[in-house]
Amino acid sequence: MSAPDPADALIDAAAALLEIPLRPEWRPAIRAHLEISLAQARLVAAFDLPDEAEPAPVFGA
Amino acid sequence: MSGAHMSGAHMSGGGLNAPEADLAWTGAGDIAAGIRAGRLTATGVVAAALARIARDNPRLNAFTDVTAARAVARARAIDAGLAAGRPAGPLAGVPFAVKNLIDIAGLPTRAGSAINRDHPPAGRDATLVARLEAAGAVLVGGLNMGEYAYDFTGENVHDGPSRNPHDLARMTGGSSGGSGGAVAGGLVPIALGSDTNGSIRVPASFCGVFGLKPTYGRLSRAGSFPFVASLDHLGPLARSAADLALAYDAMQGPDPADPVCAERAAEPVSPTLDAPIDGLRIAIAGGYFRAGACLEAISALETVAAALRPVRAIELPEAARARAAAFVITTTEGAALHLARLRTRAGDFDPDVRDRLIAGAMLPAAHVAQAQKFRRWYRDAMLALFASVDVILAPATPCVAPRIGQKTLVLDGTEVPLRPNIGIYTQPISFIGLPVVAVPVALPGGLPAAVQLIGAPWREDLVLRLAHALERRGVVGAPRPPMAA
Repeated sequence: MSAPDPADALIDAAAALLEIPLRPEWRPAIRAHLEISLAQARLVAAFDLPDEAEPAPVFGA
Repeated sequence: MSGAHMSGAHMSGGGLNAPEADLAWTGAGDIAAGIRAGRLTATGVVAAALARIARDNPRLNAFTDVTAARAVARARAIDAGLAAGRPAGPLAGVPFAVKNLIDIAGLPTRAGSAINRDHPPAGRDATLVARLEAAGAVLVGGLNMGEYAYDFTGENVHDGPSRNPHDLARMTGGSSGGSGGAVAGGLVPIALGSDTNGSIRVPASFCGVFGLKPTYGRLSRAGSFPFVASLDHLGPLARSAADLALAYDAMQGPDPADPVCAERAAEPVSPTLDAPIDGLRIAIAGGYFRAGACLEAISALETVAAALRPVRAIELPEAARARAAAFVITTTEGAALHLARLRTRAGDFDPDVRDRLIAGAMLPAAHVAQAQKFRRWYRDAMLALFASVDVILAPATPCVAPRIGQKTLVLDGTEVPLRPNIGIYTQPISFIGLPVVAVPVALPGGLPAAVQLIGAPWREDLVLRLAHALERRGVVGAPRPPMAA
């Protein structure tokens, strides 16, 4: 038996933990959006920043 | 699709006289001047606006609520004040409307959703509505928008799509779609929208109007339904830079009701709008901001750049990563905002919005922290650029208005999903809260496209001055669609 797909496993686990009731017909779109978001997140994560870098959760221009 | 709700008051009459005959395309400044000089009346102007809305909104679907009774009462009070010799404000008798995520006393703030229609009516107007009315403007209604502002199309599954006045089969752009359509269609001279990732600048581009996304924290967001607190801005759309400036000046100033609103006194820009632009150092964004742009978007950009020579080319550092970080913050903060509703009423969302929010709720938090760290890095890098540049030019959208229902877009020869990609040029700018005026360029094909004039933080004066100068030279301007003739 092959291991479950990690994205599907994340969707199942997160939906259960976050108590979001998923309908099976929503899954393909949710999965597609999750993969797009993860790809964007990886692009950001690939940028090397020092541990001391300050975040800007409330941005002050 | 539901029609706009009309609240009371008869819309006929008003005693239109000759100068009021073309009020559909008269700007806010000219209307207010006409009323102050006694050539127009606020009652007549408002009656004419309500009549245009009644006539054209069934086609445009820009308005979701028309506050006719309130508007007529307000207009009468303005005329009575003038007759009694009281001074009129800079926006005396100017009709305006607001995206329906902005509170209007007495109406539930639906924010484009079905769910929020169950909310109790707003107890008071949003700060910006109150400030525009204090300057003499007259609210005439609430405007259609993409659900919960998570949208670049102007489509709405509950209220139907807002339609582009230049081609009713095309999108207005979102999420402030009704705001773009109402101004471009000549229904009102000023509308308010919100811009988290491009939602003022995209409809300005698709509908061919001017849009101002001010510096993050410049204008109060109090009394508006949020989307992404880190990135939300409110701002005006209009058919001229001078009208943007008039509305913007009336709305500035600190507001204790919005913790993000800057403790900064109003810095009016209208008085310096005609100042020379000779000394401005202008650059054009290359690389990321050219790749993928359609011919029309490039043509609009080159039209503006050609009028401003010399302009030098610059590269904005890590723009693709900035857009990615804005994407991550948006989807996760948006998901956090709506998590309780996703648990209990997921079936009541627009499916396109719901599925993205659910995916956002599942994104690991470490990515969000990294995106916020990158945000500061990127801000510092961009501020360094502004040491040698005053205004940066970039396209507003990669394409002209797509057809309603269109699902994909060709970027750089590759077919990609439409919704996440309309904002590729706007997202890296709002990500760090820079002020931008989107200026419309009329193009031969009949559909307009806008160019972003991007300034350093708090320099709305420079981008509005440049927009005004380009408009006076005839380089940019809001094209009048045949339906608003």
